[in-house]
Amino acid sequence: MNLAPTAVRRQLTTPPVPASPFPYNPGSLLSVLDLDLDGISHLLARATALETMDPLVRDRILLKRRVALLFYESSTRTRTSFELAAKGLGADTTLVSSLSSSIEKGETLKDTGLTLRALGAEAIILRHNSSGAAWLLEAETRLPVLNAGDGMHEHPTQALLDLRTILAHLRPGVEAVNAETLSGVTVAITGDILHSRVARSNMLLLPRLGAHVVLCGPKELLPDLAADAGPGIAIERDFEAALRQSQVVMMLRIQAERLAGQQLDLEEYKAAYQLTGPRLALLAPTAVVMHPGPIIRGLEITAGVADGPQSAILEQVHHGVAIRMAVVERALTAAQQGGRA
Amino acid sequence: MTALIIRGGQLIDPAAGIDGLKDILLKDGRVAEIAAPGKLKTANGAEVLDATGLVVAPGLVDMHVHLREPGQGYKETIASGTAAAAAGGFTAVAAMPNTRPVNDSPEITRWMLAPERNAAIRVFPIAAATRGSKGETINDYAALKSAGAVAVSDDGLPILKDAVMRETLAAAARIGLSVIQHAEDTRMTHANGAVASMNLGPTSFKLGLRGMAPEAESSIVERDIRLVTELRDARAHLHVAHTSTAAALAAVRQARRSGLRVTCEVAPHHFLLTEEHVGLYNTNAKMCPPLRSAADRDAMIEAILDGVVDAIATDHAPHAVHEKEVEFENAPNGITGLETALGLSLRWLHKEWRMPMGRVLSLLSAQPAALLGLKGRGTLIAGSFADVVVFDPKAEWTYNARETRSKSRNTPFDGWTMQGRVRWTISEGRIAYAAPVS
Repeated sequence: MNLAPTAVRRQLTTPPVPASPFPYNPGSLLSVLDLDLDGISHLLARATALETMDPLVRDRILLKRRVALLFYESSTRTRTSFELAAKGLGADTTLVSSLSSSIEKGETLKDTGLTLRALGAEAIILRHNSSGAAWLLEAETRLPVLNAGDGMHEHPTQALLDLRTILAHLRPGVEAVNAETLSGVTVAITGDILHSRVARSNMLLLPRLGAHVVLCGPKELLPDLAADAGPGIAIERDFEAALRQSQVVMMLRIQAERLAGQQLDLEEYKAAYQLTGPRLALLAPTAVVMHPGPIIRGLEITAGVADGPQSAILEQVHHGVAIRMAVVERALTAAQQGGRA
Repeated sequence: MTALIIRGGQLIDPAAGIDGLKDILLKDGRVAEIAAPGKLKTANGAEVLDATGLVVAPGLVDMHVHLREPGQGYKETIASGTAAAAAGGFTAVAAMPNTRPVNDSPEITRWMLAPERNAAIRVFPIAAATRGSKGETINDYAALKSAGAVAVSDDGLPILKDAVMRETLAAAARIGLSVIQHAEDTRMTHANGAVASMNLGPTSFKLGLRGMAPEAESSIVERDIRLVTELRDARAHLHVAHTSTAAALAAVRQARRSGLRVTCEVAPHHFLLTEEHVGLYNTNAKMCPPLRSAADRDAMIEAILDGVVDAIATDHAPHAVHEKEVEFENAPNGITGLETALGLSLRWLHKEWRMPMGRVLSLLSAQPAALLGLKGRGTLIAGSFADVVVFDPKAEWTYNARETRSKSRNTPFDGWTMQGRVRWTISEGRIAYAAPVS
């Protein structure tokens, strides 16, 4: 028996949700939603321009500017490519990681950020285990903050480098993107969606360019409500059905560190969701295979597929440096240009 | 004690059925006389407050606040919290026991009531239902009641075990105390040490935050109602704290139709805000229970308008600025509320949603006073305590959290427009708050 009122008697005016004050700094990149399509096009064009530029010329762009990398989680790809990107533009970089700094002594993110600012940092690249940490750091320091992954939330530069990889394969030569650039392209993101910031940034970015995003995984790792995260997102529990309709297959690692005691039968998982050679050959023989790394060979993807001809995994890593050069350049020049790039 | 006359105001006393122009004489801490304007019999030598154009009403009663003493005086003290309460028009607040240490003893209850605490208005301690609020062993309710406790609760935490809750309800019923339940199944919201920090839904997914399912609240409310039903003791009173979900309200609604003594309160933030107000990790929009969906919020409004909700309570939960300037999932739960409850209730419930002012005031005074069994409060009939709020019902003003009398300013309502400005708050005949002369 349902005794709840069936509906509010009349349409009530309720308090509005205030507009977001973020980003405070035009150079920040906290979320893929901070960029409009023109901003994305500009970054893609700058990535190419910077990548092909004479290193001795490129070196002058941010010569002796100071960029801090603040890392609360371990990282290989993101940290190294941000560092190479900043150094490639001539900037000085410094790395602060949680295990070798005063963070171990209990210094807060706010105080760490203010300290880096006082040391002369002009931008901070932040990797943090808590969702939303980049917003806190930006609000407290008002510096350009580049979100290099916040908890289970977003990883915007990963989504941008993934976009560059997809374009290179499916729309070669295209840099100026619009709402139809990826029309007709289906991207299957498979695996631990719940805990993945890469999945969130990609599902918020790719549909804006016309792509259809299909999320695939078991209920424990992919709740039904993920389909409501934005437009152009659907859920397909059957991996083989997802593969059949996809031009891009993005595999994700199971994030054991965020499972919080959840039990998962890995053999069952592999049987249903592992990307194997036979599955790929049969269902998606021309699809681009992607993975943000780190890959766990033999779990979400077989070694043969990871190393195989359809794999773009290392290309993704390569695109990361170019994209991050463009993002770091924007961070330190957006304010002078008086607006959001 | 000197006598005080409040002259020329519109007296609204919903419990007494009074709404009209009256003069009121307060003497020796009590209401001595109410009369038509200019008709008071014994007005000699009394101080006079001119309430022309103002509403004179029973002082507000907040049945759910956290005053943080003993133990966390950097967040709030009984003195600062009650000063904020007085500024908000409150003359009585019921203080939850999740202090450091937990108020689970007559000694701590008496310590909170001692004159040295410098309370600006009356404080009514709610004692812990179980030792240390650990949910295992119930306390000596008779001793706590004699020391001054007006109800029992483990607020901040639920009384989770069926057997312990059953025993709590039975023991409290025998002593004549209400049981106030913080309805949260922590087995769902604290799964394996990963503590959820907002409502479970598309918004929590988008923000990458672990979510609290609405069922974590409603399942406990349903369980508690079943226990009350099984108890078959007419004295048993279950009160649901800070109700936030449509499903929990539906359970309360049904229990009431079955004639059970099950009541509930709703906080202003739960009838005004939704999970969308978390925005991009605003820790001043983080509390437990969390801001819910728009459908849940609409159900709160509906249940207030149709009378299922028994009280508006703030769940005033002060935290120091530095405690809230951290990552969202690491920030403590809670927001302040004592200075904004009246202004928000009048702005939205009365002005926007057309609830008669007398009913709004009843939810903020007469009804919570009755739920806690506070005799002589929540009304201004002759002989009652001289607990009065005088406010300008037409005044619109903007709340500025930096001017708060609380030690903390963790509120999502900073900069919001309020309706109805408190001019005087009078606690047992003494002016506890007077608005700065502008």
